Amino acid sequence: MKDKRWIVSGLVVFLLIVLFPFWYNRGRAVPPPEVKLTEKAKAEKECVLARDYMKAEHMQILDLWRETVVREGNRIYTNPKGREFVMSLSNTCLDCHSNKAEFCDKCHNYASVRPYCWDCHIENPKEAR
Amino acid sequence: MDIRRRRVLQLLGLSAAALTVKPVYDALAADPAAGRPRVGPGREQLKAKQWAMVIDTRRFASEADVEPLIEACHRIHNVPHFELKRWEIKWIWATEYKHAFSGTSSDRFLADAVEKRPFLVLCNQCENPPCVRACPTKATFKREDGIVMMDFHRCIGCRFCMAACPFGARSFNYTDPRPYLKHTNKLFPTRMKGVVEKCSFCAERLAEGKRPACVEAAGGKIAFGDLYDPASEAHQWVRKNYTLRRKVNLGTEPAVYYIV
Repeated sequence: MKDKRWIVSGLVVFLLIVLFPFWYNRGRAVPPPEVKLTEKAKAEKECVLARDYMKAEHMQILDLWRETVVREGNRIYTNPKGREFVMSLSNTCLDCHSNKAEFCDKCHNYASVRPYCWDCHIENPKEAR
Repeated sequence: MDIRRRRVLQLLGLSAAALTVKPVYDALAADPAAGRPRVGPGREQLKAKQWAMVIDTRRFASEADVEPLIEACHRIHNVPHFELKRWEIKWIWATEYKHAFSGTSSDRFLADAVEKRPFLVLCNQCENPPCVRACPTKATFKREDGIVMMDFHRCIGCRFCMAACPFGARSFNYTDPRPYLKHTNKLFPTRMKGVVEKCSFCAERLAEGKRPACVEAAGGKIAFGDLYDPASEAHQWVRKNYTLRRKVNLGTEPAVYYIV
């Protein structure tokens, strides 16, 4: 037990470093992001499905769309209200939500998720062709 | 009033059974599809048992005749152009007879016109595709209409399919292709570093009722249709003309036919 001194001081330094961010940010909550809707999205009032569902589960829908379009070759999605959509991230979703930075990225950055959709899918089909 | 225990139990049983009537009726009477989203093909979707292409090579005399077709395809599919041959990506390109049909015919001397003619080559959409068998993730698969399709989401870039394809129809993205695109078609995705890509017989256009881009650009020099439908142009062209296919001895059953 000759090294007790070193072990204890090492532990203290370690704890200080680990706990520093908690201490530094104490009592401060980062406000949740507010997504901005485009005029077009506002005018539509409802997305493919209800708003709350889309907020929480849009990735499930996108996954279904991807699977259906690519693997089954079916491209039309009919929502419970009977409205038809072409299943396309770049051409349908981003047609309304053409403000990716203000809409998609804001929440994704806050939640620290990094979807790799945009490696291939083009961000905004409405830009000059 | 005197009521026996047996009678009480009977009544209890009966009333419990009566309570189940409504839920059971509702469950059976309800249309299970109502209120649920549905997916399906578009109204314009073109259908076939096996899509096939018949190229009338007699009507392609020089590079100038094939160039617009290649350009049309590569433009709408965001296929990049690399100066570096090793990184080259191509969905459709032109080659000479000796490369396209080596082993198919035993001619030592070719007709002059055939020897110099450009032959358009692309993914053969084989009826028995070896790339599909080689793919460990089923990223490449055969659709019901015969198209050998790629799911870029699933591709892990192992390149087994490239080794399996006897036609060299597949290209690998050694680098991010986006900086090398001269034009971007915003309606079609690009690819990312590390995936394999190839011609898909314009599956995305067939879904909208359009024929493939190269067929459209060819202006009647290429027939496209269902190989097994006697009414289709492709079927009729194969019936009327003597045709060649690439490397038939390998048994992959290519669906691209050449009138020589």
